[in-house]
Amino acid sequence: MLLISCPNCGSRDETEFHYGGQAHVAYPENPNDLTDREWAEYLFYRDNTKGTFAERWLHSTGCRQWFNMLRDTVTYDIQAVYPMGTPRPAAAGAAAVAAPDAGTASTAPDSTTTGTAAPSTTATSISPTSTASSTTAPEGATK
Amino acid sequence: MANTAALEGINGLRDIRRSPASHLASALEAGSVEGTVVLKEGPFQTMAGIRVDPRSEQGSRIASVAGGLPARCGEVAGSDGVSVLWLGPAEFLVVAPEEAHDSLGGDLIGSLTAALGDAPGQVVDLSANRTTFELSGPRARAVLEKGCAVDLHPRSIKPGTALNTEVGNIPVVLLKSGEESFRLFPRASFADFLGRWLLDAMREYASPEVP
Ligand SMILES: [Zn+2]
Repeated sequence: MLLISCPNCGSRDETEFHYGGQAHVAYPENPNDLTDREWAEYLFYRDNTKGTFAERWLHSTGCRQWFNMLRDTVTYDIQAVYPMGTPRPAAAGAAAVAAPDAGTASTAPDSTTTGTAAPSTTATSISPTSTASSTTAPEGATK
Repeated sequence: MANTAALEGINGLRDIRRSPASHLASALEAGSVEGTVVLKEGPFQTMAGIRVDPRSEQGSRIASVAGGLPARCGEVAGSDGVSVLWLGPAEFLVVAPEEAHDSLGGDLIGSLTAALGDAPGQVVDLSANRTTFELSGPRARAVLEKGCAVDLHPRSIKPGTALNTEVGNIPVVLLKSGEESFRLFPRASFADFLGRWLLDAMREYASPEVP
């Protein structure tokens, strides 16, 4: 059971929340310009990150508000909670292996940019792809 | 012909109105352990759902009618028997006695609607949406803790706090009404399940404590 820190309500059980999938998937600026393949990729293709992943959550039985979260898909370590519409914070991509107290220094300024060259054992088999790879959408148009 | 004597009050049907857990009344009485934990279904209440930006002009108009709007999670505002519960940053639940309803001589819904006017937001009469369970006694907290994950220890939740959460997997608004008493507002369709769930959770306190 995850204990998720809602920005409005504080720590609550995972059962009060709904998962909203990958965050920062922007709606295409001109959907009509997209090929069928690009449109299908926008609609259906999502990253399957092993490691730190930016995702959307809804506090459905609480304040009914959406928020974004950085979560490690291997350790379930929640590294950051941040509002909808704000860019992904620079979290320690290799936090899971770098330090035993990983996660507490989520938005620390000294953390390296996410996922670039993290020599993490969890990320050797799958290259840490950028979150924008699956869509041709412009950046910064997140809801 | 219809019994015209019964056609009074809310939509002319007040006298034949049944509360969502009325069929459990005798079970609630039998399952309560006086002096330990007591469960009752509360009386009908007038409830209004409000969605308004509290910082806006219409927000302050509504606040002046309702007796204030709570600012953050857990807070309860209001005055004269009218409570305003925080459900979200722009969503509130107004709870008042039944007589406050416009069809019974009150003016709560009408005055809230008038305060909102044409401005963005909504005021909806939700009086039949939820029922009220009143759980009280020294073991009330222990009963709730079997199915509620928020910290109910007195050091972290004070009387006069209301939280939108889950009890027994049912979404409820949980109001701590006194040191040892809670009010639960489940939606009407969950009242039967939650009532029986609470009765089951209370059962062990009818037996002598095992040392
Ligand atoms: Zn919340």
